[in-house]
Amino acid sequence: MKIHEYQAKSLLRAYGVPVPNGEVADTPEQAKAIAASLNKVSIVKAQIHAGGRGKGGGVKIAKTPDEALTAAKAILGMQLVTHQTGPEGIKVKKVLVEETSNIKKELYLGMVVDRARDKECVVFMASEAGGMDIEEVAAKTPEKIIKCAVPPAVGYSAFEARKLAYGLGLSDKALAAQFAVITKGLYQLFIEKDASLVEINPLVLTEEGNLIAVDAKINFDDDGLFRQPDIKELRDENEEDPLEVIAKNAGVNYIKLDGNIACMVNGAGLAMTTMDLIKMAGGEPANFLDVGGGANPDQIEKAFKILTSDPNVKAILVNIFGGILRCDRVANGIIQAAKNIDMKLPMVVRLQGTNVEEGRKLLKESGLKFTVADGLYEAAEKVVALLK
Amino acid sequence: MAVLLDKNSRVVVQGITGSEGTFHTREAVKFGTNVVAGVTPGKGGLEVDGIPVYNCVADAVKNHGANVSCLYTPAAFSADAIIEAVEAGIGLVVCMTEGVPVVDMIKVKQTIKVSGAKMIGCNCPGITTPGVGKIGFMPSFIHKQGNVGVMSRSGTLTYEAIWQLTNLGIGQTTSIGIGGDPIPGSGFVDMLALYEKDPDTVALIMIGEIGGTAEEEAAEYIKSNFSKPVVSFIAGRTAPPGRRMGHAGAIISGGKGTADEKFKALEAAGVVVEKNPAEIGHRIQEILAKMKK
Repeated sequence: MKIHEYQAKSLLRAYGVPVPNGEVADTPEQAKAIAASLNKVSIVKAQIHAGGRGKGGGVKIAKTPDEALTAAKAILGMQLVTHQTGPEGIKVKKVLVEETSNIKKELYLGMVVDRARDKECVVFMASEAGGMDIEEVAAKTPEKIIKCAVPPAVGYSAFEARKLAYGLGLSDKALAAQFAVITKGLYQLFIEKDASLVEINPLVLTEEGNLIAVDAKINFDDDGLFRQPDIKELRDENEEDPLEVIAKNAGVNYIKLDGNIACMVNGAGLAMTTMDLIKMAGGEPANFLDVGGGANPDQIEKAFKILTSDPNVKAILVNIFGGILRCDRVANGIIQAAKNIDMKLPMVVRLQGTNVEEGRKLLKESGLKFTVADGLYEAAEKVVALLK
Repeated sequence: MAVLLDKNSRVVVQGITGSEGTFHTREAVKFGTNVVAGVTPGKGGLEVDGIPVYNCVADAVKNHGANVSCLYTPAAFSADAIIEAVEAGIGLVVCMTEGVPVVDMIKVKQTIKVSGAKMIGCNCPGITTPGVGKIGFMPSFIHKQGNVGVMSRSGTLTYEAIWQLTNLGIGQTTSIGIGGDPIPGSGFVDMLALYEKDPDTVALIMIGEIGGTAEEEAAEYIKSNFSKPVVSFIAGRTAPPGRRMGHAGAIISGGKGTADEKFKALEAAGVVVEKNPAEIGHRIQEILAKMKK
């Protein structure tokens, strides 16, 4: 789960990580009022769940409260396009109005979970190449990135902060101490809030000799949300595809893509494979959808409703391997659902597994427009052919 | 012989009194699994189909010599249940549960490493050794006893591959679903070591997916440590980056974990990479035919 910069900064503040003074605004007038209360040169930043906002015109300096009003007017409501949004961009609904800092140096500080077999732990990454795209730094000059794994048996320990600080050239005692407070706070946040990624880019060293998190990004482990009600509340549905929001709220595991052949499958691996098969057969998948082990008539109906709500969808491929799930039950579920929502789109149904013959018979005799398929690749070929 | 689940396995089911736990235990017993006990805190003293239920795993170990644990526990309590099993001396823990937080698994994995116990899962369909039994819920009808190993990050996609083999008259030694999570109890490398040692396994199917570097690590291991032929399929070639494709571990992050990278690494290690999932069984068939000559 993603959150906005202003929400991330709020969390950082709570964990003892210095962030610039500032507040979030929904209207230009609010932005002006915040700038006035800050009484300093401020920066007005679009709040969207994507990076590259500056280059896209979503970040402006405001020397006076009136300039903050003008900047906010320009940014609020804009369809901000960056290299991380799609070409349609994201509509900006909030701006963060903050003090600027006297930047001496820009650093990068991040945390991820390293999945490599010999690590499987939280890892700090730091670099003097702050304010840049870290993936570019990792690709071109990986030696500039200092890493320090946090040993799970022990958790955070002071030596980790030292390794990073000295590596970043922060050997001054006071600076190293500040840095240690920051890394300790970040680790606590990561573990206590079930984060999956923390990125402070840039972590600024000011002319006055202070470290401050000028930008912050925090992602959360979806599987941890059940025990993080306060984090769950930070979710911004406006940043998500509307169909995906509907699907999520209905308990359907769905991701929208750009194609016109929808698919409904039981099992994530098989669902990904079905998308791949459609592409292999010359078609374009419209989505990922895993109905899971349930696949009862209710679930299937919900899934069909979501698939057919996408106006791009011209055909549907249902691919079910029935294990514990019996194919005749699935067939009945599909027939019932298709009738209930008055399904008109052409459909290929490929069933395999328990009671497959009964399932196929039911589909053939249903009177609905199904094409029945047997093999995996054959199913994809048939659905692509339906569109020709 | 078999891998992990064999004739000496004495299984305790944690979460046996839940609806999933009860249903799948019944199927497992029908398949021949030696389920000696169950554990549900607070339900000690009950019985499920004559299987005694205890409050703690230690009781199942003490009274019945349980050495394998099969978990159908809620996501919120699974890490705790796994660690309880390991501390009670269980040597193999298999957790089917989806939704266990990554931060929990970091802790669990540390416990596993220190104890020397083995773990499979979370978010997996389990382990099946035809002729011996099954831990988890792979459908019983797809399996046939034989000499090919199967290891996979998926559920139903694994059943497809096993079913292809069985329909070609090719049986399996042990099929293992290592699960779809980012930090699994065991990765492909851990299973490769076991399949290499198993005298009955002559070839292996490896089903991977996007996200992480498990397949790349496997490829590296295969180069110098695995002598048997491997056929691999990778799901998610068409998945967009940055999105979690169902499985928590199926996410392309920071450019890493793409299917293309995995194909490259596996091919360089001499693995037969099949891009058409309907053909996985045929590739094994060809390999076995060559071996006979």
